[in-house]
Amino acid sequence: MRVNLTVNGVEQTVDDVWEGESLLYALRERLGLPGSKNACEQGECGSCTVYLDGVPVCACLVAAGQAEGREVRTVEGLAPGGGGLDPVQEAFVEAGAVQCGFCTPGLVVQSHDLIERVPDPSDAEIREALAGNLCRCTGYEKILDAVRLAARRKASTT
Amino acid sequence: MAAPIESPGRVAPPGRGGVGDSPVRPDGTLKVAGAFAFASDLGIDGMLWGATLRSPHPRARIVSLDVGPALAVPGVRAVLTHEDVPGSRHFGIDGLADQPVLAIGEVRHQGEPVALAAADHPETARRALAAIAVEYEVLEPVTDVRAVIADPEGNRVQPLGGITRYQPVRVGDVAAARAEAEVVVSGEFEVGMQDQAFLGPEAGLAIPAEDGGIELLVSTQWLHNDLKQIAPCLGLPEDRVHMTLAGVGGAFGGREDLSMQIHAGMLALHTGRPVKMSYNRYESFFGHVHRHPASMRYEYGATADGRLLYADVEIVLDGGAYTSSTLNVTGNAASLGVGPYEIPNIRIDAYGVYTNNPPCGAMRGFGAVQACFAYEAMMDRLAAACGLTPLEVRRRNAVSQGSRLATGQVIDSPAPLAEMLTRLEEMPLPPAADTSDLRNLPGGVSQTTHGEGVVRGVGYGVGIKNICFSEGFDDYSTARVRLEVIGGAATALVHTAAAEVGQGLVTVQEQIVRTELGVRRVTVAPADTRVGDAGSSSASRQSYMSGGAVKAACEAVRGVLLERAAARFGHRDLSLSDGKVVSRAAGVLASVEDVLGDEAVEETREFRHRPTQRMDPVTGQGDSHSQLALCVHRAVVDVDTELGLVKVVEMAAVQDVGRILNRTALEGQIHGGSAQGLGLALMEEIVVEDGVVRNPSFTDYLIPTILDMPPMRLDILEYPDPAAPYGLRGAGEPPTLSSTPAIVAAVRDATGKALDRVPVRPEHLVA
Repeated sequence: MRVNLTVNGVEQTVDDVWEGESLLYALRERLGLPGSKNACEQGECGSCTVYLDGVPVCACLVAAGQAEGREVRTVEGLAPGGGGLDPVQEAFVEAGAVQCGFCTPGLVVQSHDLIERVPDPSDAEIREALAGNLCRCTGYEKILDAVRLAARRKASTT
Repeated sequence: MAAPIESPGRVAPPGRGGVGDSPVRPDGTLKVAGAFAFASDLGIDGMLWGATLRSPHPRARIVSLDVGPALAVPGVRAVLTHEDVPGSRHFGIDGLADQPVLAIGEVRHQGEPVALAAADHPETARRALAAIAVEYEVLEPVTDVRAVIADPEGNRVQPLGGITRYQPVRVGDVAAARAEAEVVVSGEFEVGMQDQAFLGPEAGLAIPAEDGGIELLVSTQWLHNDLKQIAPCLGLPEDRVHMTLAGVGGAFGGREDLSMQIHAGMLALHTGRPVKMSYNRYESFFGHVHRHPASMRYEYGATADGRLLYADVEIVLDGGAYTSSTLNVTGNAASLGVGPYEIPNIRIDAYGVYTNNPPCGAMRGFGAVQACFAYEAMMDRLAAACGLTPLEVRRRNAVSQGSRLATGQVIDSPAPLAEMLTRLEEMPLPPAADTSDLRNLPGGVSQTTHGEGVVRGVGYGVGIKNICFSEGFDDYSTARVRLEVIGGAATALVHTAAAEVGQGLVTVQEQIVRTELGVRRVTVAPADTRVGDAGSSSASRQSYMSGGAVKAACEAVRGVLLERAAARFGHRDLSLSDGKVVSRAAGVLASVEDVLGDEAVEETREFRHRPTQRMDPVTGQGDSHSQLALCVHRAVVDVDTELGLVKVVEMAAVQDVGRILNRTALEGQIHGGSAQGLGLALMEEIVVEDGVVRNPSFTDYLIPTILDMPPMRLDILEYPDPAAPYGLRGAGEPPTLSSTPAIVAAVRDATGKALDRVPVRPEHLVA
């Protein structure tokens, strides 16, 4: 089937989509956007988190066909144009929240959403918001540091 | 002969991204932007997708196998079995090639690869697998490790064995010491099968090469050891297997053994087309080895004031169907079986055995983790029997520099265990939980009580881990460093085959070059087999080994550069400082760029740690380890004793790392290692029943989330090891050892339960 959707602000048409195909597969294998990761493909790890009409979802749990006519924003679409990084992305690098990096795209999108909704999150709110994102490397301490740092940065620039 | 040129070790001032600073990772920006190419992200025009048919049975004879129906599926390009393996049909990580590339006549564990398919679409490849007709005669699996020890011949699951390795350790006279002991404590302990659960599943790309060989882009921990195993199976000389490291999504030991490498190579050579293989999470649980489950019996005797007199220990490790790393894991369990305590009389019997359970091999901590859970439980039992605090009994028996390990090896560099325990004791304890917020209670917002049954506990754990490869292995790493002027600026290129698996090795390599050469622009080339062997990214060894090799290569480059300057300027009192060649007498002579001119300097060096010895096969004695590292943990838990729920409130760790190369990365290692220890303590186990895995998914195999991990306090000590580069001590594994026993001790403190098995489950707490 054919699916029409907007990805990171660009209208896209994807052909030959199989009915059982996930949005994650369509993004990674058909649209050349492998930033969203395939760590569990059953909604447990959060590595494939993307915005779907502004709401974070696990792209592995969304059928590609469900994205028809909708807006998808992936980790590749978070940064402002011109090669820079979003403050959340910057903070993840600076705080040491990235080790192997496989969970990072999902955590970055989820943290981005948290700070959009809750500009000054408490630690308990950060933990709750990121509870669906597994990381095996960091023990999460530096991820907490990164989200706190990003929130401070965003607050100081708005 | 000219006098040697002086060259001070540290030429990059602090703050310039050298050793001791915490510069950001060079791959960090790509990783946060989703632009870093992990193995599963690779693709190339004309590529096929490979898939693997695996055995559903832990033990069965293959009566018949018909690939015909699979070949008839439209879009399928190849279906291969063991008959299609171009070369050797077996491989193995430690020299014992006992693992079939594809099953030959029988399967010995659930998930064993039986056949391969390649197709235009991954789903087509999976459908092809479903169309392969395999008839099995199911056999009774061997799953009981003690039955194997009692009757190795009668429980032989494969030609090698029986018992993979039996390693005794004999020190003094245990029987005589038993007669003198005033206090005797004993216990039987079990450790469940833990999974590395790296987030990036096994994946890679095989591309037929123009020379008739193969290009392999894979995520692994050790390119050259992969190469040694792959080439014979593909029937290729090693120089026609070209390996490049693809982005690695975590490893933790689980990528030491081969997964899809030979399979993808076979499919690519057979079809003449590039082939990608990428496991999903279910397959990943069968695609790599796990941490050995352990069954252990301990008896300790001591004086009434808690000084250990003897240890009598049996450790049995279930290696599953194939050898993998069981030989060395068993050696570690034996040599470190009683931990960092002085004990004058020791009898340890350590066994690794073959069963039809899933194969087990390397995981962070490598045989030392299992024993640590047991010996730390024993120290707490001894403390209770002697009326001492857990910290005091450990201090009374703690090793220090000059002590002997169970192997007789003298610890010849700092081992400040007593100080570490005292520092732990002096750290403030967290306040009582604010129970008005459910999120602070065990179970969090799913708590159904108001915390009436919640009890706090505090526990301690100590661990000792060998760093680098042990027991006589010729352990080395190779580094090539090239210094040249690019765009007017001195630029260094570092080339090794060392695997960046997330730990931050690329950052540390850059830091070492900045420190040794004083240049700011440093690039780390992709790791591949066009440079010499770097050894594995395991055993906490890469900062030491590849760090040491990069340092040695830089020193060689610096020597050549200064010789050039000496010839040109006529001074020999030269050093490098902040990008300048400086004479002690004459001051700054020239910039590095000026001395380099158009002519690059390139040097390659191998670096070895000091040699080690095999453990004596009868006594277990020998200087088997190169370096040892200590970590201690305190855990504070709240346990809901009615619901069997545990919340780890806080963890504190003290670790001696010799020298901090990069504090941010180091802290990340301690945090992450502690989290994996927490997982083993409370949640992580591959549940195997009659050889069949019951929970191969992240729905049923739980790893710690951000809600499970508490805040951590770290106290990092720097007692340099004079034998090691910069005095560093490997740091990645030790925290994985000590966090598990600390947490379980805290739960025991809260509940009074014996808790002799990990992971601790709710039913163990409310029974």
